[in-house]
Amino acid sequence: MIGAMTELTGTAELTRFIVRRDRIRILVWVFAVAGLVALTVVGIKGLYPTQADLDQAAAASQGNAAAIVFNGPAQSLNTVGGEVAFQAGAMGMVVVALMSLLMIGRLTRGEEEAGRLELLRSLPVGSCAPIASASFTVAAMNVAVGVATTLAMLAQHLPAAGSLTLGTSFMLLGLVFGGVALLAAQITENVRVVYGVAGVVLGAAFVVRAVGDIGDGTVSWFSPIGWAQKARPFAGQRWWPFLLLVVATTVLVATASVLAGRRDLGEGLIAPRPGRSCAAPSLGRPIGLAVRLQRGSLTGWSVGVLVAGVGYGSIAPSIDTFVGRNKALADMLARAGGASLTDSYLATSFRTLALIGTGFAIQSALRLRSEETSMRAEAVLATPVSRWRWATSHLTVAFAGSVVLLALAGLAVGLSYGVVGGDLSVVPHLVGDALVYAPAMWLLVGFTVALVGLAPRGAVASWAILTVCLVVGLLGPALGVPRWLQRLSPFERTAQLPAAHLTYMPFMVLIAVAAALTLAGLTGLRRRDIR
Amino acid sequence: MSRAITALGLVKTFGRTRALDGLDLTVETGEVHGFLGPNGAGKTTTIRVLLGLLRADAGEVVMLAGDPWNGAVELHRRLAYVPGEVTLWPTLSGGEVIDLFGRLRGDLDRRRRDELLERFELDPTKKARTYSKGNRQKVGLVTALVSDAELLILDEPTSGLDPLMEAVFQDCIREVKAEGRTVLLSSHILAEVESLCDRVSIIRAGRTEQSGTLDELRHLTRTSIIAETERSAERLADLPGVHSLEIDGTHVRFDVDTAHLDVAVQRLGELGVRSLISHPPTLEELFLRHYGDQLAREHDWVKSDREARP
Repeated sequence: MIGAMTELTGTAELTRFIVRRDRIRILVWVFAVAGLVALTVVGIKGLYPTQADLDQAAAASQGNAAAIVFNGPAQSLNTVGGEVAFQAGAMGMVVVALMSLLMIGRLTRGEEEAGRLELLRSLPVGSCAPIASASFTVAAMNVAVGVATTLAMLAQHLPAAGSLTLGTSFMLLGLVFGGVALLAAQITENVRVVYGVAGVVLGAAFVVRAVGDIGDGTVSWFSPIGWAQKARPFAGQRWWPFLLLVVATTVLVATASVLAGRRDLGEGLIAPRPGRSCAAPSLGRPIGLAVRLQRGSLTGWSVGVLVAGVGYGSIAPSIDTFVGRNKALADMLARAGGASLTDSYLATSFRTLALIGTGFAIQSALRLRSEETSMRAEAVLATPVSRWRWATSHLTVAFAGSVVLLALAGLAVGLSYGVVGGDLSVVPHLVGDALVYAPAMWLLVGFTVALVGLAPRGAVASWAILTVCLVVGLLGPALGVPRWLQRLSPFERTAQLPAAHLTYMPFMVLIAVAAALTLAGLTGLRRRDIR
Repeated sequence: MSRAITALGLVKTFGRTRALDGLDLTVETGEVHGFLGPNGAGKTTTIRVLLGLLRADAGEVVMLAGDPWNGAVELHRRLAYVPGEVTLWPTLSGGEVIDLFGRLRGDLDRRRRDELLERFELDPTKKARTYSKGNRQKVGLVTALVSDAELLILDEPTSGLDPLMEAVFQDCIREVKAEGRTVLLSSHILAEVESLCDRVSIIRAGRTEQSGTLDELRHLTRTSIIAETERSAERLADLPGVHSLEIDGTHVRFDVDTAHLDVAVQRLGELGVRSLISHPPTLEELFLRHYGDQLAREHDWVKSDREARP
């Protein structure tokens, strides 16, 4: 008993310290999840105002395998609650799982890897206190998510039992993945690997339940997300599947605690793989270095765009059924113009995917600045590599990476649309249509380069510009943003293919502006101090 | 032979801070030149100007007969640089970083690389993320020493190295010097500078305080003498240039300005010397004498600052 007490010495103080240090992060996560659920309820009530609308949506979703793959089993879809559980359920659970695994990884292995834990452990702090304080914090966050989402649904007059069931399933799923991350953090000594392992488990859980939900639902019993959905929120709820989640969490946390007590500080149970002793031939020029440094990030964004693209494309063939006589949805799509609803929908999808991919493009261009502030640029620029060559090799990745992401978006949308619709000949056209959005992405890259070259301290402002483009592009009409402001976004200036014809003038103007901005930035970079 | 580095009247301001304030630095070809100064004196800023990463607001810089700002690429073909804080890409292994820099410079000698890895006992397969500070510094040193650049610019290259590795580093620099190559060595480790450098420049607050060989600098300061004499040494007190005289019976200790050393030793001889220990000023003493008054000023400032607070 006394032994257990000393192992936990300092847990309360550490927990207070974590909450103090990460208070913003904690609040943002909890409110983001609660906000997501609240907005989904508002959206569903707005899109399907009458029972007839709900019936039509239910009929469209019930027979749509793609929708079931992404959302889960179709349970009571002709009610507002059922639609909320369908549309926010799986998505919300993934977000909560990500919240838990990122927080646990950061607070345990991340702190340990950074060497801060060593400093803490030299104080009168018990050996289990760091893990315990991280676990308490993340558990409390999940409880907060459960309470906040339940209240968000109750506030909009959804049935109490269903609201409580869905809220609880968010909370318990978050706890399970907190446990997964806690276990992974004991096994490897690098926090990125912790995120990777826990992320793969999450992905597998999602895929297993998707496969099960398309079939008779049996396979879904092998996935924690499946367990949560088997509790049937808003569809005659039953509580006992939650027991599986509680047991899984207990087993994971207990195993992690035992392993934590057996290993040395800083070590993992599996030794890390050594790196290469000599560099590969490709790593000998600035472009080789740029590709090597950014390939992981590009791979990650590619997977994201592919998954989202498959999601958008698979719904495209049945978009007419989905929208039906629904005025609100039809208006949203009509902005893209176009003869058919499907073309408008595809154009909206491409614009959204291009906006997502611009996240990579800006991150990639900002590499110039992060390499400079971390002093790594200094070492490279002290070799016979000119500033021009150094900068253009990183920018090559940004510009070419944008094209790669758009091509993948076109391919993913095209293939899933083709497979579901039974006509694969659309694929090459759709890839070409997607690529038309490249100049708009390049323009934001050019803007970032101009900032890095001419106003380096303000370079992160390019994220603000992307945020504006996102808000204007996705929510503009709904928020009543004036048309002239919408037209400032390069994504609105792009011909909305396949809903419109390709007009060369705006296309060329966007390329010219992007080139001018890039050149201005590079010139500034050559003339200013590197520091 | 031309000079490797000529910098005259360098001025560099960052906002309201005047980092360099008319700094002069000359390094002859083939010498190992020590570059000394307290933290914040402007050593790293000077080195960045010499590399063409910063542009001086005023002054003249000639590096290997070229202009570092406009001819950076040509210049960098002929020099190698180790920054004070070696930061590496966390996902690359040490071996990959060494190869990358060797190839960027265009002269990777694989045999020499392996030999240096062995001498510095560096494991090239470890990811940079997992290296300690000392090991990161070793990676930086190997990337510079593996090249046959004619000028090495080293900014506090041995911080974080253990004494054994410090000795390996000193051997390497002696070999570089024997090959007739030039080294600019910024350092806080005065024993290292004393054992390696032909000439030193001492800077403070962005200005060059002194520059010369160690012998020349010693000339400007004092030698310590401890002696035992047959007769009392009280007569020494009248001599010019004698300081902190302590007499304890027949034992005497004092410091004497190097310019007056001759007379003092003569007078001591007249007293009948039984034993004599004399030691020249160490670089440490030179350094402390130079900055002692500054330290005292800073101390006062800190004190008055504290007292000024409520």
